[in-house]
Amino acid sequence: MLLIDCPYCGPRDQSEFSNGGEAHVKRPDGSEEISDREWGEYVFIRSNPKGLFYERWVHTHGCRKWFNCIRDTSTDEILEVYKLDDPQPPMKKFENKIKTPSGEPDVGSGNFTVKK
Amino acid sequence: MKKKYSIFSIARNAFSGHKNWPKMWRSPEPREFYDAVIIGGGGHGLGTAYYLAKEHGLKNIALIEKGWLGGGNTGRNTTIIRSNYLWDDSAHLYEHSLKLWENLSQELNYNVMFSQRGVMNLAHNEHDIKEIKRRVSANNLNGIDSEWLSKEEIQKMVPIMNTDNLRYPVLGASFQPRGGVARHDAIAWGFAMRADEMGVDIIQNCEAKQIRTKNGKIEGVETSKGFIRANKIGVVASGHTGVLAETAGVRLPLQSKPLQALVSEPIKPIINTVVMSSAVHAYVSQSDKGELVIGAGTDSYNSFTQRGGFNIIEETIRAMVELYPVFGKMKMLRQWGGIVDICPDASPIISKCDVQGLFFNCGWGTGGFKATPGSANVFAHTIAKNEPHQINAAFNLDRFVSGKLVDEHGAAAVAH
Repeated sequence: MLLIDCPYCGPRDQSEFSNGGEAHVKRPDGSEEISDREWGEYVFIRSNPKGLFYERWVHTHGCRKWFNCIRDTSTDEILEVYKLDDPQPPMKKFENKIKTPSGEPDVGSGNFTVKK
Repeated sequence: MKKKYSIFSIARNAFSGHKNWPKMWRSPEPREFYDAVIIGGGGHGLGTAYYLAKEHGLKNIALIEKGWLGGGNTGRNTTIIRSNYLWDDSAHLYEHSLKLWENLSQELNYNVMFSQRGVMNLAHNEHDIKEIKRRVSANNLNGIDSEWLSKEEIQKMVPIMNTDNLRYPVLGASFQPRGGVARHDAIAWGFAMRADEMGVDIIQNCEAKQIRTKNGKIEGVETSKGFIRANKIGVVASGHTGVLAETAGVRLPLQSKPLQALVSEPIKPIINTVVMSSAVHAYVSQSDKGELVIGAGTDSYNSFTQRGGFNIIEETIRAMVELYPVFGKMKMLRQWGGIVDICPDASPIISKCDVQGLFFNCGWGTGGFKATPGSANVFAHTIAKNEPHQINAAFNLDRFVSGKLVDEHGAAAVAH
């Protein structure tokens, strides 16, 4: 279970929070003009990277405020937490723990079928 | 040589101390070029290679696997098989699979231990009753065996169940007698052995790093054992399918999350069917070894760690102990997670895509094991013919443009 550092309340147990999926998804402009494919992309498709990921959380059973974070989905490590009106922090300041797109990190994976 | 298993081969090998059993499959080095490369050595991938060779006469096929065969979700699921899905498209797909399961041990001459002990889906409130009765009727219209059980009938079948003295009492259930469980390793090994006999190169410890394309056409796949050229590539990598698709510039509507399961210490036979409950979030069956096999839920967040949060286990155990107070003092032996790829409509994708020669069989989410032979069968057809089989036509990628979804959240084992 994750320990999430709410920017308003401090570190709390993950069970107090709800996950809001990918952060910084922008609703496309010109909804009258864009194609079905573009709408489909916006409605159904979200990034699903192994590694660094911008995501949203809400402190449901706490302050009930939304915030963003950068989490490494290959290790579940939360690297940075920031408020919704903070500028989007660059990802490149954090090291990607996996060498190949579907590789396993040295620490943090429960996949023991892959030879290191 | 065709390896045949029988009581005589067991006796013969017993005399030599079981030291002379032939290897079940070769371990070749990859060749430079293949007509078709399957990425992912789980049941779905191995089955695809098997049916490509058997039914479509493809000769030059390779299957590459990052770890060992069946070490991903094929080895991590709760092995439940059923076809009681609501919508026609899914009912046809899962029933196709169930029919293949029924003959698979004979076809492969390898015991997949398919045990048709029935599958029960419990109703705990008025809405459940309506939804489940509707599903039973829909199943019957599609020629799928499904019936409504009263509380008394459930008590007769599963006497250890606490039906009344709990927060969400058990009010009834659907029951599919032809459903059941099978041996998860056996399906992978059986398909692997027979595919290998037909000349499929099964290459383990070979990680796909990048799918290379040129002018909208597939070139091959960069692997940890070098570059393999291919005319066609089928990606069957469950939780990692989206990651691999991205390397070819294809974005799939998938989110990868850990799904957990756990088993108890082995006990004498106590439950002779599969019982699932969506409302209180618990499903259980007893393995042939005597362990209770319990399925938990998915985590709320995307992750590839193959672990999952402990709060999910707690919720499931809470429901289990309430439904079966007799299990309260049991010890749990093992708990693990697998990474499942979930589609927005909880239905799979078995489809070609915009890149010529690139095919995906993914999005099985929390319930792909039951579909293993059926999914492999229609996916092999899709790869060989460049067109979907009529059974998987609805499970294309275009549905996320047209909006013609196959919404099966209601028929999932538990609400994820």
